[in-house]
Amino acid sequence: MALERKFKIGKPILEVKNISLSFGGVKAITDTSFDVLEHEVRAIIGPNGAGKSSMLNCINGIYKPQQGTVSFKGKEIPNITPNIMAQMGLSRTFQNLALFKRMSVLDNILVGRKLHTKTNFLEVAFQLPKVKKEEKENRDRSEEIISFLEIEDIKNTPVGKLPYGLQKKVELGRALATDSSVILLDEPMAGMNVEEKRDMCRFILKVNDELGTTMVLIEHDMGVVMDISDRVVVLDYGKVIGDGTPDEVRSNQKVIDAYLGVEH
Amino acid sequence: MMKPVFMTYTKKDLINLAVCMVLSVLVIPSFITTEYWYTSILIPWLCLALATIGQQIVMGYTGQLALGAAGFMAAGAFAMFNLILRVPDLGFVGSLVVSGLIAAAFGILFGLPSLKVRGIYLMVATLASQFFIIWMIDKFGWFKNYDSSGIITAQDIVILGKPFTTPLAMYFVCLAVTTVLTLLAMNMARGSTGRNWMAVRDMDIAAESMGVSLLRTKVQAFAISAFYCGVAGALFAFCYLKSLEPVAFDIKLSFKILFMCILGGLGTINGAFIGAAFILLFPVLLNAIGNNVFHGAIDATIISSIEQVIFGGLMIIFMIYEPLGMAKLWENIKQKWKTKFPTMNIKNLTSSIGKKS
Ligand SMILES: Nc1ncnc2c1ncn2[C@@H]1O[C@H](COP(=O)(O)OP(=O)(O)OP(=O)(O)O)[C@@H](O)[C@H]1O
Ligand SMILES: [Mg+2]
Repeated sequence: MALERKFKIGKPILEVKNISLSFGGVKAITDTSFDVLEHEVRAIIGPNGAGKSSMLNCINGIYKPQQGTVSFKGKEIPNITPNIMAQMGLSRTFQNLALFKRMSVLDNILVGRKLHTKTNFLEVAFQLPKVKKEEKENRDRSEEIISFLEIEDIKNTPVGKLPYGLQKKVELGRALATDSSVILLDEPMAGMNVEEKRDMCRFILKVNDELGTTMVLIEHDMGVVMDISDRVVVLDYGKVIGDGTPDEVRSNQKVIDAYLGVEH
Repeated sequence: MMKPVFMTYTKKDLINLAVCMVLSVLVIPSFITTEYWYTSILIPWLCLALATIGQQIVMGYTGQLALGAAGFMAAGAFAMFNLILRVPDLGFVGSLVVSGLIAAAFGILFGLPSLKVRGIYLMVATLASQFFIIWMIDKFGWFKNYDSSGIITAQDIVILGKPFTTPLAMYFVCLAVTTVLTLLAMNMARGSTGRNWMAVRDMDIAAESMGVSLLRTKVQAFAISAFYCGVAGALFAFCYLKSLEPVAFDIKLSFKILFMCILGGLGTINGAFIGAAFILLFPVLLNAIGNNVFHGAIDATIISSIEQVIFGGLMIIFMIYEPLGMAKLWENIKQKWKTKFPTMNIKNLTSSIGKKS
């Protein structure tokens, strides 16, 4: 991390202000604010049920918070939907895998190219030259991502047939294919062994390093979090109890009590 | 490395296409001479396969449980009748396209509920289209040109001044339309359009997070589906029934198309042809068995009940064990064959035939 970075960490690209979200009586998030800086790797940690996934769902418009605002690229987004956020350049993965199960790995990743596809269904039906050109560009980019993630050998397999770890990789690939400026990763390394985790970290850091993609990730493995993130925000019972560099967070007494206390 | 000739076609596809074309254009017309085969099997097969492709698009590819294909077919058929009657300048092909578009408009209207409801509730909602369209045609005499007899004779097919009235000529009309629309459907299914459909089918929330609009994708699928059904309905009325009556497009036909879709294999285009062939030919086969093996000892009504029971059983079996239907079954058989006889591929076959002769 100490090395010179091609993309210097910049101004806030994503700002979450005073978000409150509840499901009936259950308060998932209470008055939470934090920001994400351009080109950084930002981790969200916290015990189970702390509201981390709910937070990502609020950012990407799957959940509608009762209170608070989300600003992206300097603009406050009034009616957030997953579609609007995708168009603005924010992509994501899901905690419980949300792949297109019956489609091949390549096709899953190609769906990630949706917003780079401008031709309509009639043009596709008649296979106009511009459709072929665009399809080739999208396929080339997808193949690039596939070889970057080292999954060439499974690219024609339906994703439903793949083991969990590989599916997580495909989901990262699909998010990468969007060429978004921010990617939210919900537990990208859950259920992986040490080796797979190391690979995943390598991919995340490489993308951040080479393309400058801002990464926001939820992760339970403290070793990984401390290793790869620039800054960490800690949630507990839907509230922020710590926010800062890994070292700052690690020495924060509240965090030690609430998070580490629960875990160990 | 697969390097397709055209973007979406592999060499295998082109061979398949060539085989199908040779079979349907050269072999069938020169070997099948009985009219019965054209008027009662081949023509309805092509028409219903086309409607099944429509059902596939909305159900197999986009995952929307819709049931009302026959309603859209009725819309297409009566649109065709009225267009030929009232706008003769449009010509047969023009009228066929516009009929499809009119059916597509109904598809959009009745596809809108899919944004709010899914599964069995959507099925009920789309069923409304079936009843509404049939009711509308019955209610307003204009659609039937105020014909009181109930059954209207379809006009003769004339394309570029030439009549297409013999069974063989009508078969060729159906074949041409079906071939073109099948190719277009394949292009869509394999291209970005089809990926959007399947993404919505497999995981709508993830699709939306990738920028796929659920509204646009679902409405588009319903529109295209209804277009296919509309054109199929027009051909069904003009080439097969040769008459127009709303009862021909009742809920039973919608179910038939649903069965063809499921038995053929959800999410496959060739499955539409396999499913349609099976559902059409199976009763013929049963009747033949009844007549030849049991020499008519079994009552015709019993045979048709047996038919229903077997269809029902097959549906359940396929839904549980092979949701991808007969198209997948066929793939599996080919796969097994290949692994059993690895050396027996087409090349060896043709070269050995070549040596012998
Ligand atoms: N759709 C929902 N309906 C009802 N309650 C929900 C829903 N989603 C989340 N919750 C509740 O909100 C709280 C926060 O859940 P969330 O999934 O955000 O936690 P998390 O921090 O991601 O936990 P984990 O580490 O287990 O993934 C929990 O109490 C959960 O039960
Ligand atoms: Mg979670």
